[in-house]
Amino acid sequence: MHAYANPLRFQRIADAIRPWTTFLALALFPVGLVWALAVAPADYQQSDAYRIMYVHVPAAWMSMFTYLVVGGGSAVALIWRHPLAEIAARAAAPIGACFTAIALVTGSIWGKPMWGTWWVWDARLTSVLILFFLYLGYIALYDAFEDASRGARAASILALVGLVNIPIVKFSVDWWNTLHQPSSVLRMDGPSMPPSMLWPLLLMALVFKLYMVSVLLVRIRTETAERRISALRGAETA
Amino acid sequence: MSGLVGAALALARRDLMLALRRPGEALLPVLFLLTGTALFPLGVGPGAETLARIGSGVIWVLALFAVTVGTDRLWAADLEDGSLEQLELGILPLELVALVRCLVHWLVTGLPLVVISPLLALLMQQPPAVLLALPAALLLGTPVLIMIGAIGAALLVGSRRSQALTALLVLPLQIPALIFGVGAVEATTGGIGGTVAYLILGALLLGSLALAPFAIAAALRLALE
Repeated sequence: MHAYANPLRFQRIADAIRPWTTFLALALFPVGLVWALAVAPADYQQSDAYRIMYVHVPAAWMSMFTYLVVGGGSAVALIWRHPLAEIAARAAAPIGACFTAIALVTGSIWGKPMWGTWWVWDARLTSVLILFFLYLGYIALYDAFEDASRGARAASILALVGLVNIPIVKFSVDWWNTLHQPSSVLRMDGPSMPPSMLWPLLLMALVFKLYMVSVLLVRIRTETAERRISALRGAETA
Repeated sequence: MSGLVGAALALARRDLMLALRRPGEALLPVLFLLTGTALFPLGVGPGAETLARIGSGVIWVLALFAVTVGTDRLWAADLEDGSLEQLELGILPLELVALVRCLVHWLVTGLPLVVISPLLALLMQQPPAVLLALPAALLLGTPVLIMIGAIGAALLVGSRRSQALTALLVLPLQIPALIFGVGAVEATTGGIGGTVAYLILGALLLGSLALAPFAIAAALRLALE
């Protein structure tokens, strides 16, 4: 793992991967979108309104996956003082926050015609909202210090605490929800989904993941360049 | 071993003495809780049914705020006058320093909240069963809130950021304690799973006592670098 702590070596590999992920994301996005919006059959109950699922569900999946990247990167950064892991965690956080915001907004837009209201205090919605706050807290703490390295490590500790806490929060919100409203109306579409709807969903999920990897690599590259510049500046003035 | 216990007791005595010399500061969370609760009938109307329905939840949320406000400067004074550095040099590991500090802080600011909560329950038109259930739930819950609040305070100690940021960091992590705390109280007024809620609150308490000191100590070491 420490072989990739060398920013130059990492950058070489990242530079080799990035064009492919970017290209695939750009190429597959229209395919997935057309498949999802035009080709896939309409739902017998929700007709065409369900199609927002093809944005909503991948965004929700990515919001959780990205927090794992942030938390995992923070753990590696704290345990092994791995500089690139810290940069990766920091670079992933705003992406994850955006995915979470997209999941919340599209869910709200979907909820209006389906349940007749913009927001329901459902267990899943509530825990996604809490996840959004965790992202914001991480980002805010990262930038709260004059000394950037202190902010980075403080934020890493927070991300780890959040990682431990997320299952507890999820469990407690589920418990709270079953306590307050026994039957949930929000079963997405019953137990199973026909393959004609599932395939475009999986393709969209893949596109979202490719997009996330591309943007993450760009952000890591920017962040390393920024650190190098400030290090050079520091050496100049010293 | 006896050296560690002696050091822990000495630290506890020092913290307790410091807190008791400034009783006004220690009582602030209680006053906050009292005033906050008094605002709710003014805000939602004095109707007995409304207050009875929202009362226990309101008191829990306000207790959560009161604790968060109270823990905000838990480490600041010690960092400013250098005693945190002395504590780090001493034989007591920072993890135990954190644990002792939080326990004393709970004695001084958390316990009064527990003690006063039956009175607030009366003000909020709660049924008699709540007069016992609410302090019991707060007894288990407030230390959890303090342990988590102390993590936030330690992460931000020495920065010039406002309390609002501490709240943003800490409040999402305190949600489980709130949910099961309110759940335990509401179970007595006709819900389900009261015992379960108390047991989980107890589990949260033990878990936070075991884990939070490590996070706090890591954050404090960061501040001392």
